[in-house]
Amino acid sequence: MSKQLHICFKTPLEHFTLDVDIKIPATGVTVLFGPSGCGKTTLLRCIAGLHKAENAQLRINDDIWQEPASYLPAYMRKVGYVFQEPSLFPHLNVTKNLLFGHKRAQQQGQLSLNEVSQLLGISHLLQRMPNKLSGGEKQRVAIGRALLSNPEILLMDEPLSALDYSTKAEIIPYLEQLHERLSIPIVYVTHALSEVKSMADYIVLLEKGKVSAQGPLKEMLLDLTAPLARFSNAGSLIDAIVSHYDKHYDLTEFSVDGGTVTVPGNIGAIGTRKRIHLSANHISLARTPANDSTIVNILPVTILEIDQASSAQCNVRLQLGQDSQILARITRRSKDQLALSVGDQLYAQVKGVSLVKL
Amino acid sequence: MLDAILLTLKLATLTTIILLIIGIPLAWWLARSRGLFKDTIATLVSMPLVLPPTVLGFYLLITLGPDSPLGNLLSSLFGGPLTFTFSGLVIGSVIFSLPFMVQPLRNTFESIGNRPLEVAATLRASPLDTFFSVVLPLSRNGLLTGSIMSFVHTLGEFGVVLMIGGNIPGETKVLSIAIYDFVESLEWAQAHLIAGGMLGFSFIVILSMTLLERNSRKVGDV
Repeated sequence: MSKQLHICFKTPLEHFTLDVDIKIPATGVTVLFGPSGCGKTTLLRCIAGLHKAENAQLRINDDIWQEPASYLPAYMRKVGYVFQEPSLFPHLNVTKNLLFGHKRAQQQGQLSLNEVSQLLGISHLLQRMPNKLSGGEKQRVAIGRALLSNPEILLMDEPLSALDYSTKAEIIPYLEQLHERLSIPIVYVTHALSEVKSMADYIVLLEKGKVSAQGPLKEMLLDLTAPLARFSNAGSLIDAIVSHYDKHYDLTEFSVDGGTVTVPGNIGAIGTRKRIHLSANHISLARTPANDSTIVNILPVTILEIDQASSAQCNVRLQLGQDSQILARITRRSKDQLALSVGDQLYAQVKGVSLVKL
Repeated sequence: MLDAILLTLKLATLTTIILLIIGIPLAWWLARSRGLFKDTIATLVSMPLVLPPTVLGFYLLITLGPDSPLGNLLSSLFGGPLTFTFSGLVIGSVIFSLPFMVQPLRNTFESIGNRPLEVAATLRASPLDTFFSVVLPLSRNGLLTGSIMSFVHTLGEFGVVLMIGGNIPGETKVLSIAIYDFVESLEWAQAHLIAGGMLGFSFIVILSMTLLERNSRKVGDV
């Protein structure tokens, strides 16, 4: 009961009212997802105490941070906040920036300066001034600075959006490591679906200040009535374990619930766990297993649900193996030509598998 | 002449120190608050920029004089009227140079923006702590400019001094008054010496300030 975050805010914004009342898990990454200007950043600022909402209830595990009658000022809340821009203090070098919050924390956290700099790959930068760092390095220092203040919750406001494509790619592995390493909850704001897929355990969708849907990411991706399934790049996530590496063709074979999936390259040692994203657009359905196709990943599936996503396309939710489900997107014409209906046993041909997360 | 030089330096130094103490909180308040009251105060602070110094000196003479209630109060505090004393001169200089301290500081404080303050707050720094560990270090340029401008401006004041300080050697006779004296008594060589000295000094001060600012701007910003 006490191990969760109760976040309830009501505050007027420019064009609408932010009105949110949610309970989210006290572990893992919760992504606040929505279009620009939907109020997700304001919600994060409310949690940190940077935006004062009148009508509020904020409970982090057993601690009450805000109630209609009481308000803990920002500097007394144990948050780590990573802003969109790194916002390092320009007059302090990297070490002093990192230790700014560390010195002021009442209790020292589980992480030391050394550990954090190693975790984020900034050990060689400690003596530099912020203006001698690249954009990606600055943001990593900013993340480290937030972690070292021994927060009970880490809030990240689109930490990658101000960075270019290659810098993003440089930072994402560090973020994924944080996720593995930290026991505190992370609330991550983004409008990029790719970040959702690689980061989120739990997702809250915001639209014009209101929560339109929320739940564990895996379930939300498969909920055909929820907004995520309507996205052009909808897909599903399945757990996979490396089972074999074919040296001759440089292919790694994963065993997944109900079959195997082959991915180019040497991904990792046998037994390594990965999360695999299967894009709905890259899955086609057939009545018989094709043996004259170049597609190597063919999985037996059963139709659970068919939903018309647009005038041309349908989303099909499929049972894979014992406990897994995946999503396929096909044209409405194909559905009619094959006369697909719930309960049919088919073969899913998967072209395009992307690995997300360690 | 040495008397006058030392007195002038003492006056300028003391004025600058007092202005730092008054100017920092005042400029911070002006930079952070809103409303008509703030605008009124900001206008009053800027008045010495446009008023003839003699007008300022005239009102100060009246306010600090023994016939006004404030003058009376100050008299009993300082053990005598402040007009035609060094203390009176300091008060006049502080008011006269106030905009030269407050304006650059206010600009600097405004340019810092909200973000560093928010970052500091999320890193457990209280507002006061933030002011000393983030705002002031980031305002180094404004503090430097404000101090130098106030100092140099005080060196050059004449009208206010003449009105409330008069011309008492060792007490209120500063360099600008000394020049006037020398010219009046046709001692051109002496006048040249002081005038040239002040010209050179001001030039060097302003130039070094410009160079310092350029340097620290290079180190500055993220």
